[in-house]
Amino acid sequence: MASASLFKPRYFTADYWKRWFRVASSHDNVATLNPRQIYILPTRWGVLYAFMLILLLVGSINYSISLGYYVTFLLASLGNIAMLHTWRNLVHLQVTILPANPVFAGDAVQMQLQIADTRNRARYAIAAQFESNSIVTEDIAANSSQTFLAPLQTQQRGWQKLPRIKLHTEFPLMLFHAWAYVDCSQQVLVYPKPSANNIAPPISNTGQTGGKNHVARGDEDFDGHKTYQIGDAPSRVDWKASSKGIGMLSKQYSGNGSAILYLDWAETSGLAFEERISQLTRWVVDAHTAQQHFGLRLPHLTLPPNNSEAHYHEALKALALLD
Amino acid sequence: MPKALLRNTLSSQHMYWLLASLALILAIHAPNLPIWVTASCGLFGAWRYFAVKQLLLMPNRWLLMLLSLLVGAAVLLSFKGQFGRDASLSLLVLMTVLKLLETRVIRDYVFMVMLAYFLIGNLFLFNQSMLTFALSIPPLILLTATLIHASLKSPQNWQFLLKLASKMLLQSVPVMLILFVLFPRIPGPLWGIPQDAYSGMTGLGDNLKFGNISNLTLNTSVAFRVQFKGNMPTNNQLYWRGPVLWHQNGNEWLMPSKRIGLRNEILATTGAVFDYTITLEPHNRNWLLLLDMPTLAPAGGNFTHDYSAVSNQPVRKRIRYTASSYPSYQLGVALGEREQVLSLQLTEGENPRAFELVKSWQSLSPEQKINKALQMFREQPFIYTLRPPILRENPIDEFLFNTKRGFCEHYATSFVYLMRATGVPARIVTGYQGGELNPNGNYLIVRQSDAHAWAEVWLQGRGWVRVDPTAAVSPERIEHGISEALRDSSELPLLARGDFPLLKKAFFNFDSINNSWNQWVLGYDDKKQLEFLNQLTGKKLGLSDLVFWMTGAIVLVMLATSYFLFRQVKAKLNPAQQLYQQYLRKLKRVNLQPTTGEGALNFASRAAQLLPSYQQQILQIASSYNALQYSEQSSDGVQPDMLKQLENLIMQLNIKKP
Repeated sequence: MASASLFKPRYFTADYWKRWFRVASSHDNVATLNPRQIYILPTRWGVLYAFMLILLLVGSINYSISLGYYVTFLLASLGNIAMLHTWRNLVHLQVTILPANPVFAGDAVQMQLQIADTRNRARYAIAAQFESNSIVTEDIAANSSQTFLAPLQTQQRGWQKLPRIKLHTEFPLMLFHAWAYVDCSQQVLVYPKPSANNIAPPISNTGQTGGKNHVARGDEDFDGHKTYQIGDAPSRVDWKASSKGIGMLSKQYSGNGSAILYLDWAETSGLAFEERISQLTRWVVDAHTAQQHFGLRLPHLTLPPNNSEAHYHEALKALALLD
Repeated sequence: MPKALLRNTLSSQHMYWLLASLALILAIHAPNLPIWVTASCGLFGAWRYFAVKQLLLMPNRWLLMLLSLLVGAAVLLSFKGQFGRDASLSLLVLMTVLKLLETRVIRDYVFMVMLAYFLIGNLFLFNQSMLTFALSIPPLILLTATLIHASLKSPQNWQFLLKLASKMLLQSVPVMLILFVLFPRIPGPLWGIPQDAYSGMTGLGDNLKFGNISNLTLNTSVAFRVQFKGNMPTNNQLYWRGPVLWHQNGNEWLMPSKRIGLRNEILATTGAVFDYTITLEPHNRNWLLLLDMPTLAPAGGNFTHDYSAVSNQPVRKRIRYTASSYPSYQLGVALGEREQVLSLQLTEGENPRAFELVKSWQSLSPEQKINKALQMFREQPFIYTLRPPILRENPIDEFLFNTKRGFCEHYATSFVYLMRATGVPARIVTGYQGGELNPNGNYLIVRQSDAHAWAEVWLQGRGWVRVDPTAAVSPERIEHGISEALRDSSELPLLARGDFPLLKKAFFNFDSINNSWNQWVLGYDDKKQLEFLNQLTGKKLGLSDLVFWMTGAIVLVMLATSYFLFRQVKAKLNPAQQLYQQYLRKLKRVNLQPTTGEGALNFASRAAQLLPSYQQQILQIASSYNALQYSEQSSDGVQPDMLKQLENLIMQLNIKKP
């Protein structure tokens, strides 16, 4: 029955009604708050203020105090003016969402929001938050932009869609709460949470000792040339290449002087799926911290050993997106 | 409320703002508070101040509760259990300041600001003068700045806060004015009003004792103002009739009891008439003062049997009424038996010497008796003074034969006493005599210091005739007013005296303004509102019209305000840029506009290509503008010349459409 669906529990969830709000959507990660997207309601101070005004009005009527009317009406009008000020403090702001660096699940991303005034007036106490995350408040000078470092709590590995951003302000009298929502199509990459288990990787030896699945061929993988530096072993000098008149070159091998580690999906068998990913992440992080070369072997993907920053992130991304 | 705006702790800056606002409000309220309340508030405020400075600790909850109880008990004691307007203000102020001692977070802070706004509104319960109005403005600005301070993220300097607060209050004025004029005024009161709400009002009492009126004479506050339509009476015709006193009881003269139900005296009037409008200050009694003799009682009032006008309600706010009076009249030609008894009543066994005196008058006619008495006042060394000696036993004898120094009440009472003693019906009329003409406003000011008492005697065939024995002693009092009558004017307050003409003039100027203030601002009630709007529109407006016009006007004003608030303020252009804009407008007419980021020179060369006949002019303008914009402004002398040159170039550029 059609009517029955109306009473499905989801209509009663706390956030369901929020879908009815107009939202400023971003194009190329830039959104401008137009007047139709600003909502405004009295705060509880606004309600208290109104209550006080009613008391003043009733008092003025009862005692026939003309100047009581003056104060009442001036303050009522002030409340009204405050509403306009609050509203104009928020309208026509331009929000640019800068690409975020990935984080590990469970950590907060510091999202950078560039919020700019486009109307040549300074904005005060503009608060921004990713919904159900904590709030950052900043002032914005006229015709300039201000970076808001808005934290975003992450939970799961993988691509996380950014929740909508709520911008709000109560400047200048805190009697009104003006707010607007900004939707952004951007996603943030969340790496798996590194396991807390301090299990050492199966083999983390140096040099030639090869494990069952780990091939540690430190001196064998020719990787390229580098400029000769004093101290390089003569056997490493590529005499042939150096004779071309471009200076002395040394041969460079991967895993040069350190362990080569192959982190294999198979090594984590026995653990649950997510825990396996978590464990591998742990090893990747540890290897990177120790500046070790490592390779990663996943069910459908194998990354050859390396110790560069790019390799590290590639490995983490692969783990984040594994399914 | 979102957490970020509810920053829990307050900075010391916040507290200083709040303390300053409250101190200012307290200072303005001080005259309305007992000294001990002001002092304890100062003490609590100082405590909070030193707590901010970290020299004192904030009181803990128990101490605070104890203090609240103590303060509450002190208020009860101080006002002797009477919980009216004064006591509630004292309690509110004390509790507000005590709350300061537990204000630690933004929530309490904003609450305090709301309380303080409320306290400003309460100012006008006590006083609605122009001064109080002016005094209410600084605390409103300061409080609003205090509230703005709480909403900010990063602290701003005080100029910013005060400027924004003033700006917002100024922006609020138009709607305030609309509401003030058009918001339907509801006649109060909605419920009972505390007894002490009118304690400050002065005026004539319903009895007369020695010293009553001379005390009132020291009060220069305005009793009422009169505006005459057409002719004005002479000073000796200005007898403003108040309560009429019949019953003598020792030192005291009283009105006859309402219950005895005397018949209304019959009034016959002849001759000229004076039409006038009186604006009566509130005096918390029922008298409506009218010039002798009025024919019709003002709306909302009626006449007593002896023709003093009383309103149905005590006069507790300023009221206006119009009336007509005839200076020549006959009142109560027929004297009933009961009236006769009442108007001859005297307490027995008092003042033997007075009776002794009138024995020799027995054979005289009533007119002769009157003359005899007045002659006595005139010829014997009687002195008119505000500081008569105190009279105790047989006061009339004391006054007539010993002290001979008295004020109008002495002359009126002793005259009536003598008349009654010799068998002429007589009574005392209290009211005001005279008044000062304000040359600026063309109206008469009658003050409490013009309070007066005179006599009426009943004569066969003529009815009740006014006799003013004071005129016999001091004709100046009646002809020229009290300041002329007193030999030593230092007995009078400054404003009632004649010897400071400049002060007087300043006062008249001030009083004209004050009178308009009273009429238009303070006296703007439900009646005045409709009267004013009917006059303004020439139509009879009802309540629904009022609401309609009010809403319409507010919407219009809000639209205008929004326009000014929301329009984009352009960045200020320097003179060269302004001229350049003119040039751009000229080119725009032929559909030439610079693209974004296109500099003056690039645009000019593009334009010159398209408009070859203006090529030279356009390029000249562009280079001249560029020179002005980007050359170093080395000396001030060069620039005006260059600007002038640019202006001429642009003026001369008249592009005709191809």
